Amino acid sequence: MISKKALYIIAFSLIILGLFIAFMRHEQTKIPFFANEKKDLWMVEARVDFRAQDSKPVTIKLSLPSDTTEGKIYFEQSVSPGYGFSMFQKGEYRQGVWSTRRAKGEQTLYYRAQIVKEKVSPLALIEEQKLPQQKVPESDFIWNELEQIVADDILAQAEAKSSNAITFTTELIKILSLLDSEEERSLLFERSSYIEVLDKLLEDAGIKHRVSLALRLENARRNQSLTPVVEVYENEKWMLFDPKDALEQGGENFLLWTRGSSSLIEAEGAYNARVSFSMLKQNMPALELARSHMGESGFEIFSVHRLPIEAQSLFAMLLLLPVGALITVFLRVIIGVKTSGTFMPVLIAMAFLQTSFFLGILSFVVLVTIGLMLRGYLSALNLLLVARIAIIVVIVIFLVAFITLIGYELGFNTAMSVAFFPIIILAWTIERVSIISEEEGGREVVRQMSGTLIVATLAYLAMNNGYVSHLFFNFAELHLIIIALIILMGRYTGYRLLELRRFREFENL
Amino acid sequence: MIKGFVSPFALKKSGILGMNSRNIEFVSRYNDRKLYSRVDNKLQTKELAEEFGINTPKLLFVVRMQHDIAELEAKLAQISSFAIKPARGSGGKGILIIKRTEGEHYIKGSGAQLHFDGIARHLTNILAGLYSLRGDPDVAIVEALIESDPIFDAYSYQGVPDIRIIVFQGYPIMAMLRLSTKESDGKANLHQGAVGVGIDISSGRAIHAVMHGKRVHLHPDTNHELEDIVIPNWRELLIMASSCYELSSLGYLGVDIVLDKNRGAMLLELNARPGLSIQVANSCGLLWRLRAVEELETKSRHADKRVNFSMDHFKI
Repeated sequence: MISKKALYIIAFSLIILGLFIAFMRHEQTKIPFFANEKKDLWMVEARVDFRAQDSKPVTIKLSLPSDTTEGKIYFEQSVSPGYGFSMFQKGEYRQGVWSTRRAKGEQTLYYRAQIVKEKVSPLALIEEQKLPQQKVPESDFIWNELEQIVADDILAQAEAKSSNAITFTTELIKILSLLDSEEERSLLFERSSYIEVLDKLLEDAGIKHRVSLALRLENARRNQSLTPVVEVYENEKWMLFDPKDALEQGGENFLLWTRGSSSLIEAEGAYNARVSFSMLKQNMPALELARSHMGESGFEIFSVHRLPIEAQSLFAMLLLLPVGALITVFLRVIIGVKTSGTFMPVLIAMAFLQTSFFLGILSFVVLVTIGLMLRGYLSALNLLLVARIAIIVVIVIFLVAFITLIGYELGFNTAMSVAFFPIIILAWTIERVSIISEEEGGREVVRQMSGTLIVATLAYLAMNNGYVSHLFFNFAELHLIIIALIILMGRYTGYRLLELRRFREFENL
Repeated sequence: MIKGFVSPFALKKSGILGMNSRNIEFVSRYNDRKLYSRVDNKLQTKELAEEFGINTPKLLFVVRMQHDIAELEAKLAQISSFAIKPARGSGGKGILIIKRTEGEHYIKGSGAQLHFDGIARHLTNILAGLYSLRGDPDVAIVEALIESDPIFDAYSYQGVPDIRIIVFQGYPIMAMLRLSTKESDGKANLHQGAVGVGIDISSGRAIHAVMHGKRVHLHPDTNHELEDIVIPNWRELLIMASSCYELSSLGYLGVDIVLDKNRGAMLLELNARPGLSIQVANSCGLLWRLRAVEELETKSRHADKRVNFSMDHFKI
């Protein structure tokens, strides 16, 4: 016999393994842990208007957003009758290209994308690091003397309060936005725009950064244009900053459209090209999103979602069985409930899943009662056991058909699901109950049948729970945890709860 | 503590053996599954008992096949009383007692009448495995009826009282007398309302009696004082129970013994998973006694020495 200690180690490692695989699967496939988890899905539309030069080939190049850690593009298309459309990607730059042989007059092209924004904690990016001392290309923008003094002062303030590029930028934005909001505007802004000042200051501080264009995500907005944002390079990653709001980091509310100095739109054979944006926020179930965008990576291939829908629904049932088994083990070993047949309660609970609960209980009781009455007549026929069970099977099928028909005629379509009851199991139940009542009396029958129904009810409640069915269907590895729990309970040598009642006379000894 | 429940610590203190502990620490540890058929099959038990010189009820016929049943009617005409049992039945399931015959009619233990048809149906059920442990096909045995020792006449309603002794590694641990009542329908089954009387291992005297888990002093049908009972020839009975260890090689064993008017103590059946109610009947837990035997450095190979140890150590 394996020692208890080894048993605990096995059970513990099974639990860890199950949790680990489930977490990895969650990370990779983005299948949510909770069934009703929803994600914000942004429907973004870029509208390009231009006037075509008569009878000349037209090529429109539009910079496009690309997948980042903060935002994933789930779906994109272009609506542009008469135009060819293709997308090119080079590093992190993406471009959509529309082209046509000839176009005339006012033209409108649409690019649509569905984007899911992930929350990224900016804290995760902040680590103690020295300020990077990279050479940044000098721009031709030069402070005059007075401006230089103010700029140096601001840089000194920001540097004193910061430890790395990220915190430095945060402090800098805080100071600048404060200056900007004062009634007496700082002289820095007299000659140049806010974003130019920020750009120049970051450059002076030697911070690797770039100014990009991003779309500010606000629900149900139309005719928007892009706003400039600052990206700071740190830990081999570009981090987005709202130039006006220091607390707004990580680009949660922004969708990056261009990067650095790359242009938003290039037009050939067209003039007056304008881009405007509109967007709409939708709340989508996260599971549906994950499912419709299954890729080909490890976990995505090894997943029940790959099966045809029909097989999936079968597995949805099968993968719930262990939950019922776990509950049966718990109620028998820890509580001490007596049932007729070891796993019959689970099978009954499975039938309840199909029939709905009250109808299930009702038809179970009706089926067993009528079956028992007819079984009484059968015993007079003096049949062999196998023959008798076979006849009970036929009787049960007749009863099921009868209930279904009556229900159908009365307009209860749900009555039809009675056919999901395990017929052979029911027949054996009837036979066993009749023997128990003959041999051990009605009391034992009531005890065992109520035990069976209690276990079936609890197993049903667990298996019918949305969270439970979601977890065990999508994360099959969680069954390892069930195995671990069953192993632990299988070696439980303590008292059962109902034994505390059975031996209640020992209280005063 | 919650009303109607005892705290697990109090149970532990009383040394009560629970079902889970019985299954894991005793039944599966000390009883080799390969040997179960020795006790689960009454026919095999009977043969082994004969080898070891232990008395069992006299075997009259064995019904193995469906066509044996037809021949049985003529054979049964020769005898007036008998018991039909499934060889692999458990807990007294499927036992049919015929007390006497009146012409065509067979009179059951309860007084109900039966034709041979009824007996044939019962035999058919047994052969089909209705009463066997896993529903496997079985054989039926027909035994001579036990005539209860008159000392129990005042303490039993219809059925024959039997004595259950728990034997652990050959040492008798605890004993109980089971008396049938009107409520239990003449069956010696505790959860059907039979009376369980705890018997002191050292003396064979009754010490405590329960019915439906509650203490009683009088037999509900005969109104006789239960705690006056003394089992005769107690030491011999314990030696018989103890030697069932060699017979079965099972470490944790329930031995059921009946006292026959003419033939004395007889082994009725053995049980590899004896129940726990014996603790309630004795108002005493099994666990300390089991541990005391487990802790013995050398275990005797002689039944009488083991009985001596038990009688010395397991006093109330």
